[in-house]
Amino acid sequence: MPGPQPVAKPEVVSTSRVESQPLLKAGSGDVTDRIFSFAMLCCGLSVLGLVALIIFELVTKSKLSLHAFGWRFFFRSEWDPVNEQFGAWPFVYGTLLSSFLALLLAVPLAVGVAVFITEMAPRWLKGSLAFVTELLAAIPSVIYGLWAIFVLVPILRQYVEPFLGRYFGWTGLFEGAPYGIGMLAAGVILAIMIVPIISSITREVMTAVPQQQREAVLALGATRWEMIRTGVLRNARAGILGGIILGLGRALGETMAVTMVIGNRPEISRSLLAPGYTMASVIANEFSEATSDTYLSALVEVGLALFLVTIIVNILAQLLVWSVTRGAPARGNA
Amino acid sequence: MPNPAPETSQFSITPVSLWRRATNNLVTAAAVGAVILVLTPLAAIFAYLVYKGIGSINWAFLTQTPKPVGEAGGGMANAIAGSAYILAIASCVGVPIGIGAGIYLAEYGRNRLGDLIRFTADVLNGVPSIVVGIVAYGIVVLSQGHFSALAGGVALAIMMIPTITRTTEEMLLLVPNAIREAAYGLGVTRWRTTLSITLRTATSGVITGVMLAFARVAGETAPLLFTAFGNQYWNWKVNQPTAALSLQIFSYAISPFDEWHRQAWAGALILIVLIVGAVSAVRIAAGRGMLKGA
Amino acid sequence: MGVGIKVEHLNAWFGNTQALHDISMDVPANHATAVIGPSGCGKSTYVRCLNRMHETIPEARATGKVRMGEVDVYNGTPAVQIRRRIGMVFQKPNPFPTMSIYDNVAAGLKLNGYRDRRRLDETVERSLKLSALWEEVKDTLRKKSGASLSGGQQQRLCIARALAVEPEVLLMDEPCSALDPISTGKIEELIFQLKEKFTIVIVTHNMQQASRVAEFTGFFLLGKLIEFDKTEKIFTTPSDKRTEDYITGRFG
Repeated sequence: MPGPQPVAKPEVVSTSRVESQPLLKAGSGDVTDRIFSFAMLCCGLSVLGLVALIIFELVTKSKLSLHAFGWRFFFRSEWDPVNEQFGAWPFVYGTLLSSFLALLLAVPLAVGVAVFITEMAPRWLKGSLAFVTELLAAIPSVIYGLWAIFVLVPILRQYVEPFLGRYFGWTGLFEGAPYGIGMLAAGVILAIMIVPIISSITREVMTAVPQQQREAVLALGATRWEMIRTGVLRNARAGILGGIILGLGRALGETMAVTMVIGNRPEISRSLLAPGYTMASVIANEFSEATSDTYLSALVEVGLALFLVTIIVNILAQLLVWSVTRGAPARGNA
Repeated sequence: MPNPAPETSQFSITPVSLWRRATNNLVTAAAVGAVILVLTPLAAIFAYLVYKGIGSINWAFLTQTPKPVGEAGGGMANAIAGSAYILAIASCVGVPIGIGAGIYLAEYGRNRLGDLIRFTADVLNGVPSIVVGIVAYGIVVLSQGHFSALAGGVALAIMMIPTITRTTEEMLLLVPNAIREAAYGLGVTRWRTTLSITLRTATSGVITGVMLAFARVAGETAPLLFTAFGNQYWNWKVNQPTAALSLQIFSYAISPFDEWHRQAWAGALILIVLIVGAVSAVRIAAGRGMLKGA
Repeated sequence: MGVGIKVEHLNAWFGNTQALHDISMDVPANHATAVIGPSGCGKSTYVRCLNRMHETIPEARATGKVRMGEVDVYNGTPAVQIRRRIGMVFQKPNPFPTMSIYDNVAAGLKLNGYRDRRRLDETVERSLKLSALWEEVKDTLRKKSGASLSGGQQQRLCIARALAVEPEVLLMDEPCSALDPISTGKIEELIFQLKEKFTIVIVTHNMQQASRVAEFTGFFLLGKLIEFDKTEKIFTTPSDKRTEDYITGRFG
């Protein structure tokens, strides 16, 4: 019977015991541990180093232009490489206008899709719809641009823009010949591109709202829409706002698709039908052909401004999203 | 059927009137409409890619380099190879650093420095790709004096690192601490535990993250515009300008030649097939891989 | 051949909270010693101090003297070496999920640099026999993963894994608390056989288990060692009133 026993004499155990110590050859690993953790630390610090490097490069290479034009650089409209006069206002204007136009079009769509997937879709549809929306995010910018040039622009030119010009021309927003190419095209293609990211963040924060909130509102006799409005959207609104701002950040920095359809003319126009230019586009088009140091420096300065603006916007967005999802590791923005 | 809620209800919900029901149905319709509006361009893009591209994909397209302007025929073989080359360089730089940073964050970085790195990685994810191109230009192209595949690879690596870092961290954190303790209890050193036990347990998840980062940068054009720059011919030297599929699509698309437009569609179709293939493979692997990890 | 453990004035902290107060205990060689007490009394912490697992927790520290035979556990020997000579079995079975049964048992050896296939095979077989799992898995050693076994089998696998590196002491932190009664019985039988070769310290909240399995028992309360004596004495004529209260079920 197992149980308390008188103290027994130790018995002979396996004879291999004495030889077994050399069995374990590896050292105590103290030094290797320290080397390893140092190496990992270096990898971690390299992330910080990258950001520092980016800032360093942008600032030093734009010094020439900063000295020549100062901060008024961003409010002047003259972009004349021949005479070495550079003013970035048209690009700033174009970037802001195209991005906000994109937001205007994208936000209702993205939130609508997110609401549908999270609250309305039957179970069997949820997964595939979510996957498909994320597929939109995987399409490279240049392919969006390609499609936009040959499919979207002709549609705009032949149907949409004449329509807008005829019936809404009185607003002043739709003046001028309908080229197809221009601010409107840029806004539309940008909108399509940022819907996935706004939608996926919105879905994430909506899912994070606890089920009890929905049930509390339903129990009061609300319709489904009222439940969504008061039980979910209201609770998630900080996160949704964060998602929208994240979409804005993405739109601000988007290069290829916009470059391909915006017309690339440094002009400021009230009309959405007119061509324009964005900060990212001017860099993309002119950087490898910049003939003088000042020219290059001016372009780098535009890049610096773009960097700063997108960083600030993204930080703001991250903070908002974290406030709802409590700072779980974020998925890489697809 | 619903009774009117008591007057004290903070939502002051009125009886389910026609108005409320109508609004509810309208919203549902609007949501469905939004889904359709969003799916339409997606479907259209894929449809056009196949419609316009499939006819032009033939053996010649896949094996020849571009012909001079105006001549028919030629292909994007060098661009496809060039993209692979640049991506290989980017992976060699980006993947080890990214995984290392992820290991740091998960195993050693539960502190303020780790928080800073985490935050910075998320911020780095949002840097416009054209800006990354400028930086790579400054570091590599200027110091070497010419465009190169290396510069393109560096630019793409910079974009891969934050994504890989965060997904690696996430996957490593999913490994239960009990597993690490089991290894410590056996007298295994910490570095050995991290590599042979923790990382090994999280392998499928980490690979998923790497492939996602890979798929994301595979289609990038902007950072290559003035780093790899493009090339009409074959190039295997790491220090020379190199063609890339995305660059080729771009320059053909904005050109005035129909022949080149046709090839742009074909190139785009190939690019999207590769990317969607990679993303789908990742999704499927994740569906199975997740079960293995925990 | 097991060795005894001599603990003198062991104190342990988690950050600023003191978890163990001045513990002194002589764990005799080649016997099973049980550590009992109510939840939160420090039994797990105590045992984790013996093989320096305690210090793997950030902000945890310990002072005092622990000797395993001739070796000073805390001074002079790296923690990693100590842990090779003191094995541990945890409360919840934790086999390495991506490894086969064979690889699980061999893990301790392989990761410590040992590669000879023949010796590995022999050691795996011997360890699995020692932990009474050999018959059940000998045909699927490499095909099945460690995590595909039942709870009781997983715990025996973990015991085999710990035994494969031939420790002199085996620490068991409530090894049966996550298992069903039949598996528990098998493991208790196992402990009974193992203590001929190893020194065993077993943490348990189950007093009947302690009396079944261990010759000596230590009773912990609020981080202090209240009483340590032969199990028979603790359970029939305890010297301290608090021990008596716990044993008779007045609290805990």
